[in-house]
Amino acid sequence: MIHLEKRPTPSPLWSYLTPLIAVVATMIAGGLMFALLGKDPVVAIRTIFWDPIFGEFAFYYRGQLLVKAGPLILIAIGLSLGFRAGIWNIGAEGQYIMGAVFGAAVGLAFYPMEARWLVFPLMILGGALGGFLWAMIPGILRTRFNTNEILVSLLLVYVAEQILASMSLGLLRNPDGAGFPGSRNLRQYESAANNELIAGWGMHWGVVAAFIAVIFAYIMLSRHVMGFNVRLTGESPRAAKFAGVNPNRLILFCLGTSGALAGLAGLFEVAGPAGQISIDFNVGYGFTAIIVAFLGRLHPIGILLAGLLMALTYIGGEAAQASLGLPAAAIQAFQGMLLFFLLAFDVFTNFRLRLGREIST
Amino acid sequence: MTAPILTINGLTKAYPGVVANDDVSFSVGRGEVHALLGENGAGKSTLVKMIYGLVKPDSGSMTFADAPFAPSSPQEARSTGIAMVFQHFSLFEALNVAENVALGMENPPPMRELATRIREVSDTYGLPLDPNRMVGDLSAGERQRVEIIRCLLQDPKLLIMDEPTSVLTPQEVDILFQTLRKLQSEGTSILYISHKLEEIRSLCEGATILRLGKVVGSCDPREKSARELAEMMVGTELKTPTSAAHEPGPVALEVSGLTVRPASPFGTVLKDVSFSVREGEILGIGGVAGNGQDELLGALSGEMLSEDDAVKLEGKPIGRLGPNLRRGIGLQAAPEERLGHAAAPDMSLIENAVLSARVRQNLDRNGFIDWRKARDFAEQVIEAFDVRTPGPGNAARALSGGNLQKFVIGREILQSPKVFVVNQPTWGVDASAAASIRQAILDLAVAGSAVVVISQDLDELMEISDLFAALNEGRLSDPRPARGLTIDEIGLMMGGAHGMEVAHV
Repeated sequence: MIHLEKRPTPSPLWSYLTPLIAVVATMIAGGLMFALLGKDPVVAIRTIFWDPIFGEFAFYYRGQLLVKAGPLILIAIGLSLGFRAGIWNIGAEGQYIMGAVFGAAVGLAFYPMEARWLVFPLMILGGALGGFLWAMIPGILRTRFNTNEILVSLLLVYVAEQILASMSLGLLRNPDGAGFPGSRNLRQYESAANNELIAGWGMHWGVVAAFIAVIFAYIMLSRHVMGFNVRLTGESPRAAKFAGVNPNRLILFCLGTSGALAGLAGLFEVAGPAGQISIDFNVGYGFTAIIVAFLGRLHPIGILLAGLLMALTYIGGEAAQASLGLPAAAIQAFQGMLLFFLLAFDVFTNFRLRLGREIST
Repeated sequence: MTAPILTINGLTKAYPGVVANDDVSFSVGRGEVHALLGENGAGKSTLVKMIYGLVKPDSGSMTFADAPFAPSSPQEARSTGIAMVFQHFSLFEALNVAENVALGMENPPPMRELATRIREVSDTYGLPLDPNRMVGDLSAGERQRVEIIRCLLQDPKLLIMDEPTSVLTPQEVDILFQTLRKLQSEGTSILYISHKLEEIRSLCEGATILRLGKVVGSCDPREKSARELAEMMVGTELKTPTSAAHEPGPVALEVSGLTVRPASPFGTVLKDVSFSVREGEILGIGGVAGNGQDELLGALSGEMLSEDDAVKLEGKPIGRLGPNLRRGIGLQAAPEERLGHAAAPDMSLIENAVLSARVRQNLDRNGFIDWRKARDFAEQVIEAFDVRTPGPGNAARALSGGNLQKFVIGREILQSPKVFVVNQPTWGVDASAAASIRQAILDLAVAGSAVVVISQDLDELMEISDLFAALNEGRLSDPRPARGLTIDEIGLMMGGAHGMEVAHV
């Protein structure tokens, strides 16, 4: 018989090992899935994981890597703070949308003024504020009325999507767009554009912000009292209260920070790679960032690596769709498997596997 | 005495890293009240769980009523004739007595019939209990009756009672003992688990003493003194904590008219609690668990806020200050729950040192934690309080209960607080660790701190307190000098028998 036995302390080895094992298991299970779809699994895996970095068209894909990883990392860093404290913001997608809407609205309000030093920083503030305010809704409802922040934040994603649709059809619609939905293209508005800083690298201000967030989160969690309080609350809310942590303030801090970072990601996306507010502006970064946060062990450096890996599956997945004709759903299932295997193998961090029969009388 | 009802032969059960029971043998006679005596962690619970079918032994055998007996589940044990009253009640507060009893039965009869049977049994054994009352409204003693009646309805041949008196006042204990004696006179055997020696001496005819999983002796407890029993149980001579003579100083902590609503709906409301403690004085607060102990600690530590004037430190109102502000002016507290309240289980001892020592030990600068200083402080605590651990980097949950308790108490005491409040300082701690914790508390008082010790262990409170008061349903009795209080007076301060009728045997 197989049974699990609780370890006296969590195994540090396993906590580092599980993400790697999960990636390998995902490749195997994903390969099986691709095989069942009638594709050569080895080719499919190579197309997803290898070709974007080392393949023939790598010069194009490499730049895309940072473009995709930037928002994922930025959002995941914010989420990881809350997740560490046991505060579950599932609605980063909504905060991402609202950040984009707010930020773009600020930029469009100034159109066509030529003052990048003023417009772009204001847009950044607007983006962060949009995400922050959207995250404050579940935050205040939770601290005031003890509602469940998981449900509220998640449902607000759909509200945000409606607002996005209404904005791209109404208030923010391009007046010169011949009635087509969608705003002006911010990339064509010099003062508001978030263009690549170095051509071909995919490096834009959002990626810079993501790296800064990683560093700040790292310092805060390892050295600062605030980070200590976040970790303590996640470990044991009662002990945190004993240590003088105000639980409501912590909830608002975590939700506010994750909301603001998601909003920033949205702003950098709308002013950069996406270019405009449109009905289908959001592509699920806010949800994928949840996987990134867990895959990175809720650790800033881990999230950095996990974000890059996840970006790779996005890009590779697109490549596989194009060259192998894999359905988009298969790629999503593939990404989902990653979280599934990660959580499954995580059991071994806290438990030890024992083989053998229990002695019966 | 005829053939024993239960014979245990060489039972062994090992868990990874620890042998909980090592070749344990003893027997319980028919109609005997047999004590199973041992410290926390001696293996009493594991042994009883094996008898009750909750845990399977690795080796060894049992016979029950002259037949081989190897229960694979509690159901099987119950159908064989064994019933057990657990230390922690498994009752639903929102259901009435009869419904709770029915939930614990294999084939409950219709409610009306069950209610009649509950009345019958409760009359026969002097356990008055109305089957229609809500369990939520019952006192701890009455709740225990529900559990006992649930057992008696099965007409058991052997009744196992696990630490039954830990939740009772002395008067309630008397009533319980009358019931048990009546059961015994009808031929029911009782296996009585406890570490309270006087009880065992007055109730039991035989005793088996466990230490570190092994039987270290058996005796007739009526023929031994409590001290002899204790030394058999602990295995060494016990040192009684001593306190140097000293004069108390001015009032350090003053609580007046403290009324606090608990955060959780199942907590106890503190009602108009007043007392004061002088420098160098120890106030012992007794009472049955769940009468407001957690709330009182929370209100003093700052986890629960109150009227500003309700709590004063050296004359300064602090009722509205949070825990860290109170620490800043010299009030440290140690809650009852070691893992999850006083310490975070998966965090290291260094991090747990920061938890409550950051303010007074200046472990941070501008919000940035000085981990080297924190490590030094954790090491100081480990050294000064003889905490057995490979190092301060170890997780709190890897420490044994006694060692973690020493760490938690030491962390507060080493900060030389002006006022120290502690809830259940030695709960679940082995006797030698308990003695050293009590000594440390006494030393702190000698050094001039005002100390409030909340405990359910009356012997402990009598040993170290200068003043004694009791919490009962959120109210605190007037503190009285501890010296010279009789057990009867203490019992009455704790609420007497809580209106329970005495058994009519």
